[in-house]
Amino acid sequence: MYVSQFAVLAAVLFSMGVYGILVRRNGILVLMSVELILNSVNINLVAFGALRDTISGEVFALFVITVAAAEVGVGLAIVLMIYRNRRSVDLSEMDLMKG
Amino acid sequence: MESLSVFGGAAVLAAETAEGIAHASGWFLENAWLVPAFPALSFLVILFFGKRFPKGGSEVGIAAVALSFVFAVAAGIQWIGQINSAGEGTAVDAVTSTWTWWVNGGVEFSIGTLVDGLAVVLMFVVTTVSLLVHVYSTDYVAGDRRYTHFFAFLSLFTAAMLFFVLSENTLQMIVGWELVGVCSFVLIGHWWEEKPNSDAALKAFFTNRVGDIGLLIGVAVLFFAADQTFSVLEINKMAVSGEITHLALLVGGCALLAAVMSKSGQFFLHTWLPDAMAGPTPVSALIHAATMVVAGVYLIARLYGVFFEGFSIAGSSVNLLAIVGGLTTLVGASLAFVQRDIKKVLAYSTISQLGYMVLALGVGAWTAAVFHLFTHAFFKACLFLGSGSVSHAVHSFDMKSDMGGLRKWMPHTYKTFVIASLALAGIPPLAGFWSKDEILAGTGGWGLVGGTGGNGAYLVMLIMGMATAALTAAYMTRCVYLTFFGEFRGHGTPHESGPRIVVPLWILAVLAVVAGWLNLPKGFQLVPESWTTRFEHYVESSADYFPSIAHAKPSWTLAIVSTAIALGGIAVAARYYFGRVRAESPRATEVGRGWTKRSRLAAAGHTLLAKKYYLDHLYTGIIAGGVKGPIARAAYKFNQEGIDRVVNAAGERSVKAGHVVYDIIDQKVVDGVVNSSGVAPHMAGEEMRKMQTGKVQSYAGIVFVAAALLALVFIVFI
Amino acid sequence: MVAQNVAFWVIAAAMLYAGLRVVTTRNVVHAALYLVVVLAGAAALFLLLGSEFVGITQVLIYIGAVIVLFLFGIMLTRAPMGKEKDLDHPRKLPALLAALIVGGVTIYSVLDYFGAEQLPRESRTTTREVADSIFSEYIIAFEAVSVLLLAALIGAIVVARKE
Repeated sequence: MYVSQFAVLAAVLFSMGVYGILVRRNGILVLMSVELILNSVNINLVAFGALRDTISGEVFALFVITVAAAEVGVGLAIVLMIYRNRRSVDLSEMDLMKG
Repeated sequence: MESLSVFGGAAVLAAETAEGIAHASGWFLENAWLVPAFPALSFLVILFFGKRFPKGGSEVGIAAVALSFVFAVAAGIQWIGQINSAGEGTAVDAVTSTWTWWVNGGVEFSIGTLVDGLAVVLMFVVTTVSLLVHVYSTDYVAGDRRYTHFFAFLSLFTAAMLFFVLSENTLQMIVGWELVGVCSFVLIGHWWEEKPNSDAALKAFFTNRVGDIGLLIGVAVLFFAADQTFSVLEINKMAVSGEITHLALLVGGCALLAAVMSKSGQFFLHTWLPDAMAGPTPVSALIHAATMVVAGVYLIARLYGVFFEGFSIAGSSVNLLAIVGGLTTLVGASLAFVQRDIKKVLAYSTISQLGYMVLALGVGAWTAAVFHLFTHAFFKACLFLGSGSVSHAVHSFDMKSDMGGLRKWMPHTYKTFVIASLALAGIPPLAGFWSKDEILAGTGGWGLVGGTGGNGAYLVMLIMGMATAALTAAYMTRCVYLTFFGEFRGHGTPHESGPRIVVPLWILAVLAVVAGWLNLPKGFQLVPESWTTRFEHYVESSADYFPSIAHAKPSWTLAIVSTAIALGGIAVAARYYFGRVRAESPRATEVGRGWTKRSRLAAAGHTLLAKKYYLDHLYTGIIAGGVKGPIARAAYKFNQEGIDRVVNAAGERSVKAGHVVYDIIDQKVVDGVVNSSGVAPHMAGEEMRKMQTGKVQSYAGIVFVAAALLALVFIVFI
Repeated sequence: MVAQNVAFWVIAAAMLYAGLRVVTTRNVVHAALYLVVVLAGAAALFLLLGSEFVGITQVLIYIGAVIVLFLFGIMLTRAPMGKEKDLDHPRKLPALLAALIVGGVTIYSVLDYFGAEQLPRESRTTTREVADSIFSEYIIAFEAVSVLLLAALIGAIVVARKE
């Protein structure tokens, strides 16, 4: 297997995630796109770790998973708060910082 | 002494050859500084402690002046002894003692005394008259509002005059000159609460100030001309020996002459002297008759080397000094005729006599001038004190309205007054005759009326002198008649004054008689040879600092002619007053339809005299008024319109420029730049603001794209 | 080798399709379920690469917890069940462009760098090595992440609690 297979796959997933962030209006869906990105990064990490015969790739991937989990928890908490305060999670309405 | 032929005016100077010079010495001569020191000390004592003394300080003043008198007499005696011991043909040098005050840049400023015959004479005169005036004043100004102050300044004046007389250098003379001027001002204005008195004091001071410019210029010129020395002896020596150029001597002499004209009341700066009669009579007697006014005469006499060489007195028939003196005699005498105030008569008489002294100096008759100074002090002081005694009795000085017939009630005053008047008129054998005669002889006029020799051929001066002699006799007769004869025109009953007034009067009257015998002319057949020219022998110096002057030889003809002229003057006046006026009425003071009423020319002449030749009008009205009025107004106008306009215009223009700078440059240009520098970022900011949508996703988009592009740059280019 | 390649391509295809559906579906719940496929595919890839611990962890944490969280979130924010019309921004082009740029750059750089490098035939990493590495080399990072988790936990509670 070529390493570039994994890397390209990760890249594609990454760009999908970017597209998702930019296009989705629902906050939860944006968070899901962020998960896509994080996973693509994980794939890259493990693949490169395997390529270079180092354990660090896996270890970092573990850390990324952990941090991603934490981030999702907090992110969803925030989205919930937004929903409670504004009765909607439509991100295009959240422009209080405009200007 | 050789006699000279003076035809044509080219005269050869007779030199009194001195075979050697002896240096005089003597305790009183060397310590002559004590003579002014006593009155100076008494001035301070009276000023600070005078009121505590039982007699208000006058006893201190009298004691001090008496002490000075004793010292002056002692100095005189020592000086005479020195001259005697030097013998004939030896010149006795003056006694000087100096004390260096400070040295600056090679010029030494010293203070000291110079005692020679002239100084001794003046010391004697000043202390004598001052002492008598002090005693007189204790009665005259008794009960005055400023009794102590008066005596303090009498002392100061005496000290200042003595200081001046003993001056060793010209700077000291300036100090003394000014100091006596100040004392004169203070004493004239003694009753300054009345405006005429303070006006008179100011007039005296200012007129003297005008002349003092000349003094300063003269001293400066002589200082530089005499190789940077102030010493009187040095200047004289250099002037006599020809080391100073004639031009410098002439210029210095003319400048000093200006000072003399103001101080010694010469025409045309004499206008202050009659007004100075506003002061108390003792002051008039001391200052404006006997002592201060002769300061100018003394100045010329002291620096005679300068004047003699500068004005080329020898061998000419006219010079500035003589003209000034001659004019003064005539002007003074003519104005004395139209005065009502007895003191003013005497003031003009003083002016006239001062003119005589200056005239004498101008024709080279140095000893005659000094001798006349000597005798004049006594009889003029006697006249003034006599007028004071009269005023004490009638409380007025106005002859025409308040006096008359006083000889009944005031015999002593009357007798002394007449004696002094005769002395003034020049009737032999009284003092005035001898001194005046010597002056007339000294003019050296052609020997026509006697008097051969002399330094030049000053015929005009001789005529002036003789005319004045006649006038003098006449106006004094008028004065005597109006005061003592006729019927009393005043109020109350006058009475003779007390002894403190009368005794000084008699002392002075006696001096007026005998003082003249000190200088009997050479060749006077009635007395032994050794009695003649005593004064001249002791006073006139033959040392190298005194020019060689020729001495005229008086003659019997001159004596007889001058006496006749004087008697003629008396006779004319007596006929008018004792004759016609008394005939009209005992109370009358003038003839009812006299010349001034019958002839317009005479009336105009009278007006001219009454208005004092319009000199006062010239000085106050035209010169001072002109400066005060038109010139001041013109200057003001120039200032307001000329200068102020420039200043205002400058101010307005700068205000306008300020406006321009503010409105245009500051507001529009500078602010415009500043504002526009803000507009650009503002607009940029407005545009950039649109990036801040507030939407997270747009931010995220930007981040991703930017990161990608950056990565691309890194990949492609690095 | 072949088996691995085949496995890879199958998983990759699934992941790609699922990923695409995540970002394009109109149904929120479907998006979450598609995400599950992506996550599972990632776990499979980890196994393929010989990192069994990471794969297990992926399944446990991501699919087991994160997706549940997402579903809870969907439920709590009253997202409508079923299709929605306006789930996306109307203008998709800028996002597409951005994604394409990013993807393009990344792919280009990867292909340019790695070229035809091949992975080793066998992977020799074990869980033991992972553990050793975490607790020795990366102990500090481990502790830090622990604290981070604690913070996130507390933070989430604090943020979302009802007053």
